[in-house]
Amino acid sequence: MSANIASRAAERTSLVRMSAQQRATILTPLVILGCLAALALVHRPGVAGQAGPLFWSFVFVLWLAAVAALSGLSHLKLKQGLARRLVGLAVPVLFGAFLFFLWEVIVVGAGVPSVLMPAPSAIARRFAVSLPVLRDDFIQTFVKSVLSGYAMGCLAGFLVAILADRVPFLRRGLLPLGNFVSALPVIGIAPIMVMWFGFDWPSKAAVVVVMTFFPMLVNTVAGLGAAGRLERDLMHSYAAGYWTTLVKLRLPVALPFIFNALKINSTLALIGAIVAEFFGTPIVGMGFRISIEVARMALDMVWAEIALAAIAGSTFYGLVALIERGATFWHPSYRT
Amino acid sequence: MTTEALALPAEPARAKAPRRREGNTGPVIAVVLAIVALWYGAAVFMNWQGTADAFERAGEAKTTGEIFRATLEQERPMLPAPHQIVTELKKTVIDTPVTSRRSLVFHAWVTLSSTLVGFGLGALLGIVLAVLIVHVKTLEKSLMPWIISSQTIPILAIAPIIIVVLGAIGITGLLPKSIISAYLCFFPVTISMVKGLTSPDPMQRDLMRTYSASLGQTFWKLRLPASLPYLFAGLKIAIAISLVGAIVGELPTGAQAGLGARLLAGSYYGQTIQIWAALFGAAILASVLVAVVSVAESLINRRMGARPA
Repeated sequence: MSANIASRAAERTSLVRMSAQQRATILTPLVILGCLAALALVHRPGVAGQAGPLFWSFVFVLWLAAVAALSGLSHLKLKQGLARRLVGLAVPVLFGAFLFFLWEVIVVGAGVPSVLMPAPSAIARRFAVSLPVLRDDFIQTFVKSVLSGYAMGCLAGFLVAILADRVPFLRRGLLPLGNFVSALPVIGIAPIMVMWFGFDWPSKAAVVVVMTFFPMLVNTVAGLGAAGRLERDLMHSYAAGYWTTLVKLRLPVALPFIFNALKINSTLALIGAIVAEFFGTPIVGMGFRISIEVARMALDMVWAEIALAAIAGSTFYGLVALIERGATFWHPSYRT
Repeated sequence: MTTEALALPAEPARAKAPRRREGNTGPVIAVVLAIVALWYGAAVFMNWQGTADAFERAGEAKTTGEIFRATLEQERPMLPAPHQIVTELKKTVIDTPVTSRRSLVFHAWVTLSSTLVGFGLGALLGIVLAVLIVHVKTLEKSLMPWIISSQTIPILAIAPIIIVVLGAIGITGLLPKSIISAYLCFFPVTISMVKGLTSPDPMQRDLMRTYSASLGQTFWKLRLPASLPYLFAGLKIAIAISLVGAIVGELPTGAQAGLGARLLAGSYYGQTIQIWAALFGAAILASVLVAVVSVAESLINRRMGARPA
């Protein structure tokens, strides 16, 4: 009797476990198919802008099914490393895709005016049509202002950190100030820089330099203090001088901190350049385009510009992260 | 050689000792004084050309000493001298009634109110998201990567859209700016709160299990108290960014009120002293806000029985 109950309980748990897998394997393709059907449906003239309750209940059912499918996917217990990594990648991608699907279906189906919120498809069309404009804006804002300012700001922060490391008095004076400045709205210097360096990209690069300098300084100083006593004593017993110790021991140990600053700065730099363009630019640039198209209520162009900024920002961040992986392969967080 | 070998460990030992306040005050004051001195030098240097040209146009022959003094008293200098900014701050903060539009306190209040509303919204959203992410595995796997990658895109670029779209459907004033602030500051709160809520080690969680504590009990008695130090670290970052969001949110509305509007108006009319005063006002506001969060942190720490660090 009790064995019977136990076996039945085991069966039930195995059923529950199966159902996570079933939900993942059966529902996911169904949801994807359903979403595609809804997308095809919503752009029909009879549905766009005047979708009926039947259509909305279909979307609602899709939503429930998507939640079930995603929870099934994320509860999958996979043994193989590759499959697990694939599913780990698929869950956020599908989640994001579903959010875009909802955005598209709601905007098109309910006929939201494009001055309020354009549909993703409209944004993509605008993006494809205005590639030359976007390219010019990208070169002006990203290549000229962001990259040059980023390089100068990070280099300056790094060099001052080395100097502060050499002169302890300077370090004790600069570090509290650096921490203090990093809490300030540094972006406010944009109008001053525009006044000093003119409307073109040097003023934006200057804002980026100031914004990226302090995170780099603070992080590098922290990183240079990260080498352990034992290692430093070892270098000392090798009769290594300051510079040898710096290059062979303390800088490599500081690399994770430096890359942390580089990653923080990669987003700060783009924000700094775009916001600085709100204060005055020549007639090109991502920040300029955003502010001018918002004033003209051409929101699809603004969103296209934001999509460009998002692509540029995450690619930049990803590149830095990739270099970090290569340079600090020895760090515990990358060892598996 | 021996003395050097003995001297080497002494330095890290000093660094490890509890940070003495008087140890840093001297160097900080020295660095600040050096910055002020550099500033005066730069002010003289950068304003020299403009001042000399102005005298020349007026047809007045001035000696070098007179030009030197005049560079520090310009009405629209390239770089105002520190004492000019202090005078402007005093004029707009103390000498002007608070209700006047010329008062910096009035503009600071406009910015502060939307900063605080945005901070409240953002912190609440951040905490709720963190609690959900810690407890719902689906959300952890699907939402968390998007929250992280949302930070690699320049969020502030969306600020004009939020202002315009909300304005189009009739929401103006405080709320759109607060939403920008909230959008900026939910991230550090969520990230640090997730870290904090997962910080109790397996041993402590196992202990709660052996007490047969429910999910809610584990949350209130173990996870939440353990997360507070992380939460406050996130809140300090969040309130600073919240201020940035409020200032940037004031830019696209065309300079009506607030510190951002002061910056924009100053840059339109070339009022450099006004820009610098607004900048210093924002800096003071930011440090006061961070200090308030720190005080709240130490108060709560003390109530929870933490030993003063």
